[in-house]
Parts: sequence; C-alpha cells; structure tokens
Amino acid sequence: MNSNIGKGSMSTASSSAAWKAGDVVPDRFPAGLRVLVVDDDPTCLMILEKMLRTCLYEVTKCNRAETALSMLRENKNGFDIVISDVHMPDMDGFKLLEHIGLEMDLPVIMMSADDGKHVVMKGVTHGACDYLIKPVRIEALKNIWQHVVRKWKNEWKDFEQSGSVEEGDRQQKQSEDADYSSSANEGNWKSSKKRKDDEDETDERDDSSTLKKPRVVWSVELHQQFVAAVNQLGIDKAVPKKILELMNVPGLTRENVASHLQKYRLYLRRLSGVSQHQNSFMSHQEETFGPLSSLNGLDLQTLAATGQLPAESLATLQAAGLGRSTAKSGVPMALVDQRNIFSFENPKLRFGEGQQQHINGNNKQINLLHGIPMTMEPKQLVGLHHTAQSIGNVNMQVTSHGAQSGQNNSLLMQMGQPQSRGHILNDATVGHAPRLLSSMGQPILSNGIAANVSTRNRIPENIRAPGYNPVSQASSMLNFPMNHASELPGNILPLGSTPGMSSLTSKGTFQEDVNSEIKGSGGFMPSYDIFNDLNQHKPQSWELQNVSMTSDASQRSNSLQGNLDLTQSVLVQQGISSGQMNGQNRSAAVVSKAMCSAGDFSEQRNAQNVNQHFNTLLVDNTIRVKSEIVADVSPANLFPDHFGQEDLMSALLKQQEGIAPAENEFDFDGYSMDNIPE
Amino acid sequence: MEVGQMQRRLMDYTKSLFMEGFLDGQFLQLQQLQDESNPDFVVEVVSLFFDDSEKLLNDLTMALDQPNVDFKKVDAHVHQLKGSSSSIGAQRVKNACIAFRNFCEEQNTEACLRCLQQVKQEYYLAKNKLESLFRLEQQIVAAGGSVPIMEMGF
Repeated sequence: MNSNIGKGSMSTASSSAAWKAGDVVPDRFPAGLRVLVVDDDPTCLMILEKMLRTCLYEVTKCNRAETALSMLRENKNGFDIVISDVHMPDMDGFKLLEHIGLEMDLPVIMMSADDGKHVVMKGVTHGACDYLIKPVRIEALKNIWQHVVRKWKNEWKDFEQSGSVEEGDRQQKQSEDADYSSSANEGNWKSSKKRKDDEDETDERDDSSTLKKPRVVWSVELHQQFVAAVNQLGIDKAVPKKILELMNVPGLTRENVASHLQKYRLYLRRLSGVSQHQNSFMSHQEETFGPLSSLNGLDLQTLAATGQLPAESLATLQAAGLGRSTAKSGVPMALVDQRNIFSFENPKLRFGEGQQQHINGNNKQINLLHGIPMTMEPKQLVGLHHTAQSIGNVNMQVTSHGAQSGQNNSLLMQMGQPQSRGHILNDATVGHAPRLLSSMGQPILSNGIAANVSTRNRIPENIRAPGYNPVSQASSMLNFPMNHASELPGNILPLGSTPGMSSLTSKGTFQEDVNSEIKGSGGFMPSYDIFNDLNQHKPQSWELQNVSMTSDASQRSNSLQGNLDLTQSVLVQQGISSGQMNGQNRSAAVVSKAMCSAGDFSEQRNAQNVNQHFNTLLVDNTIRVKSEIVADVSPANLFPDHFGQEDLMSALLKQQEGIAPAENEFDFDGYSMDNIPE
Repeated sequence: MEVGQMQRRLMDYTKSLFMEGFLDGQFLQLQQLQDESNPDFVVEVVSLFFDDSEKLLNDLTMALDQPNVDFKKVDAHVHQLKGSSSSIGAQRVKNACIAFRNFCEEQNTEACLRCLQQVKQEYYLAKNKLESLFRLEQQIVAAGGSVPIMEMGF
C-alpha cells in the first residue's frame, strides 16, 4: 500500500500536479493511477499485477478480500480504483463491492472466469463499473482509468451547480483537483477533510471531491450514526430532516442525508427480501429495463406524483412489484424502490437501477422539498415551483425517472423557471414529461404525469436544469436539485428565491454519494419527458437538461438553459430511460452541463439541439449525449428498449451510434461517457 | 548445436504447441509482458501456476473421494483452475475444466471423477511441454543467444 499511497511514481505526482492546475488532464495520466487488485488466485494476481504495471499504474495486490478492505479503510484516499475477483474464499466479491461502494465509493471492476449472464448482471446490480472476463487481456486494463475519470466527472458535475461556468469544468472534472478551492459546498465537510488527507497523495481523487462538490464521504462512523438515527426513528418514519437532527453532524446537510437514505433504503430492500428470484428479476428488470421499468414505474409514480394516484396505491404497486416476478411488478418495484428505498446501492446501480434511484431520488426530493411523502402531490410541486421556481431542483425531482417523473414534473414545473419552458423534465423513465417547471402549475403536472407515461409530455416546461440535475445524479435526487438549483440560470428561476428549494438550492449539498448515485441516475431524469417535450418545445424543454447537468451552467442561461437543459435533460433522460442510466446520466449530465454552462451556447445549441433533436425526438440530443455517456455504461446502456418509448429508445440508440460528439458545442469534453460500465 | 539452430527449434516447438491447442493467445500475452525489468516473468508465472494447480488437483482428488461429495467445493476448485489455466494460456487444461464444471452441476460423481482424470492428464501434458519449452530457452540463453519473440503469424 505504501507504494500506492506514497505515489512513488512520478507520474502520479505530476499528474496530480497537473490536475491541480485545473487545466487539461496531465499527459501522464492515466499513468500513476492507483489500482488495488484483489484475487485469491496467485497466478492471476501475478499476471494482473504485471499487466497493470505495464500500463504504468501503481499497483497493490491482495489475495484476500478482508485484507483489501482493511487496506482501503486505512487509507481511504490511497486508491483510485479497485479490481476484484468474483469468487473468493473469504468473502464474496460482490460483498466486497458493496462495501467499497458504501464506504469508499471507489469505482470497482469485477472479473471472473465466469461469463454467465447472471453473474455479469449481478455485477451491474451491485454497482460494479465494469466486468472483465478472464483471462484478462492487457488491452482491457489499459483504459480502466476511464471509470475513475467518469466518476470524477459526475461528482464534478454535481458540484458545479454553483453557477459558475465551469470553463475549467471539464478539466476540473477530470482532475477533480481542479482548484476548486472554494468548498462552495458547505455541506461538504468531508471534502475539507479529504482535502487534508489528500495533501500528501495525489489528490486527484480527493481534489475532485473537494473541489467539485462538497461530497460527503460516508465513513463507517458516519454511516453508523446514520443507521442509528434511522433505527431510532423507524425506517418508515425516517425522514432526512429528522435523521439529520438526530445525527447532529456539523456540516452535514439534509440533502446529504437524503441521498444517503435513498441508497440505504435500496440496500435494505435488496437485502430483505425479495426472494432471489425477485431480486434477480427485479434487478434484471431494473437493469435491463431501466427504461422499461421506469416507464411502468414512472407511470405509477407520475400518477402518484400528480396526485392522481394516491401514494398508497403507489406503495401498493410497489409492494406488488416487489413481490412479484412479473415484469410489471418488477418494474414498478424498481421504480418504487428507488423512490422509496434509498439504498446505498444507488450509486452502484448505475444502470437501470440508476433510473430507479432517480425515481427514488425524485421522490425524495419531493419529500425533501415539501417534506411530503413520496408521492408528490401536484400541489406540492406547485409549491415548489413557486418557491423554487428557478430552482432546478424541481428538476431534480423530475429526475426521478420513472415513477417520479410524474412528480418531478410537478416539481420541475415548479422549479421550472417561470419561463414556462414547459420542459417536463420528468424522468425519462416514463417519459414523464417534465412538465412542470414552468409556472404551469399543477395542471401541467398532471398532464405531464399522465402524459408522461408515454413520455411524450408535450408540456414544455422550462424545467430548469437545476432541479434536474439531481436527477441525473440518480441516487441523490436530492442532491441534485441542489446542484441544479444553483445552476439554474439566473433568468430562469432565481434559485435563491426558491425558498422551498432550499434543499435544492444548496448546491453544494449534493455531495458525496449522492453524486455518485446521481451520476448514475442523473441521467435518469425524465429524459423521456424531455424528449417529448423537446419535441414540442424546443428550447424550453431543454431546461431539464440543465438540471441534469449539474453544471452550473444551468444558471447561466436560464432561457438558454431551459432549452439546453431540456435537451440535456432529455438526453439524460433518454439515457436514463434506456436504462443506461449510468452511462447516460453521465452523458446527460455532461451534456446538460455543456448546455448549461454554455448559457450562450445553450442558446445556440439549444436551437440546434432542439431543432435537430426535436425532430428526432430529442432523442438525438440525448442520444448524442448518451452516446457519449453511454459508452461508458456498457451493459446498462442498452436499455433503451425498455423505455417503453420505443421510438425514443430506438431513436436514442440510433443516435448513439451516430452521434458525433455534438457535445463539442457543449463544453463537456466528451469524456468518454462510457459509463459505467461497468 | 549452435544458437541459430536452437532458436529455430524453439520457434518450431512453440508453434506446434499452439497448433495442437496446448497454448493459446494468452500465453503470447505473457511473453509480451516479459521485459528486461522482468526477464523471467513467464517462467515465474508458469511455475506459480504449476504449484497452485497441483494443490488444486490434490484438493479435488480429496473432495471427490469423500463419501458425500461437496460439489460446491469441487466446483469452486475447478473454477479456480479454469481461471488460472486460462490466464496463462493452457488451453486444453482450461477446456477440460469447462467440461468438468458441467458435470459438477449435474452432481455426477462418476463423471466428475472421469473429468478429474482428464484434467490431470491435460495438466501434466501441458506441464511437460512448457518445461521443455523453457529448457530450450535456457539453452539458447546459455549459449549466448537471445530468445526470439514469438509472432503469432499463423
């Protein structure tokens, strides 16, 4: 470990230095990437180590999972990425994966000689960012750094919310360490802590977290406090606000707690119970059908959100979904789960699940915002809208892809800028049209929601990205809004003004896991909706995108953003819908980012995108974005089919192939949105 | 025998191993990983593989010898052997393991025992071949020559 930490390699040092500069990624990168490889097979371990060293990475090898875990715990910032075997005698590889995701939130690549679909799926559901089949070739290892960068990027995005255009964002994203000295995100106490820890090491990783957003790192102690608080309140009654109060941790924000709660709930759900079959079913559903399930789920959710469907029904549906293996159930479950269950797994579930998370996130959001139960009532949304108006936060809600979308829409609507973009950022899951944002108010919501199902919300709402961003974050729906909120372009909605959105506005709040989660889900945002909207609405619908873009840009050009956002969100959503969540989110986020930040750009882009995309159902945009992003997300990306909005998906898919980085316009570097892949 | 001749012999031998399926592309990967900083990498890894595999084969023999065979355990061992053999490119050993796993799933002790035999046979064959290969290489180096890089042209 020392070697890793010590960063003996110059490359690391130089790379970090370069990163600090906040400009382009250092040339040496990915050299010096700190990899921890875990495998009980000594032959494989030796070969992997050699291969990784040949790639110029800093390698630490470990033949037991327990040892690896303690190494990671002792030195939280000592590694950038973990590669682990699936079958190990002392601990199941997936278990290790979960631990790492929960405690350290590092990207983890699973590998095995087993290439069975179920095992690979398991990797996806547990949040692995990639899965390698043995024998591993060196080529496969050469670009594992993409997962690290991607993660940073997503975190960065979340962080960005502060409106400042991130010109350096791109780089910053990558280099996390971008001199983001401002821990703008007050909420991020961890980041400051991390900062200190990182001083010595290559802070690439750390910096990103600190710089980008005040990501809260959920250490074991913190998590224990959290769990204690939750148990004290009772898992059903555990609302972020109360949890926060009980935990009494300075610097921790409600959003942090909310996103973490979301993940936790998902985690619990996963553990509890659902029978294996269901689990696999669900997870399968979720994963592959991210979009699909989301759709179904979304409908429910949206309906619920719009208040058309009582919360109880939704819960019932969810429950039903959970217990059933039927696809349908699975779907709603997934959605529902997401909404209701905040499991830690969120981040892990990049794919498919990501969407769900969003949904949950959305729900959360809504709750947070309003402090209401999951189902978002239209009025709540409206309220939000008023308050949040500018807050993209609402968007966030929208992000809750499927189920939430309905809700989100409302939220978004609310948040949506006054501009009435009509974007309905609703999560793509169902295509909820994020209608909300604009002052549409409730009626829109319901429209959106209802319409969402088909994802063709025509209601163009200016869902400002700000709110939306959270969505992309996926898990941290809450977080998102926050980020976005800040992002919302000034025009759009005075983020600050939205008192309700306080949570949202707290840009920095997203930090930590949420981000990671969101990342995955970020994409979720009702891409569908957006698309729908976009089609109809061109510029306006983009607002959503902004939201997803964590980018601060959202703020910039509200109007633009709206458009951009929309497109972005659409993109994001699409990405999400297609279950690519992970990948998409990122891309969407990126796109949105690009859009947002480019305030000016956005306008042009929007126009471009909008017009172009609208034709293609916005899908294009998203696809573009997605393609970029999605690329990362390997398995998950291909969910599009599930969307339910076949047309969307297909469009998306098609786009994906063909999408050239339109993003050029957008600022995002087009980091390989490869998501996840994991 | 002079160096050039030895080198040619080595090349031919190596080629035959590939042709006959004893080795596959993964072995080439290993060879490519070897460099000045690690001149004995391939030998080291393969030696590690030999030690590990022999242990695994022993465990397998014991596990299948039980009155109540724990097929999960057997499967785990075979899975590991499959992974390591595939990592060094011992193709036939790997294939034998794949067949073995199928019978583990069926919980067919008789068939498993046969598979174990098969795996052992392949393993010892592969071991022999590789050891011969290494000996040839050593001879070349001892004679002052350098080991030619194998190009998978065929």
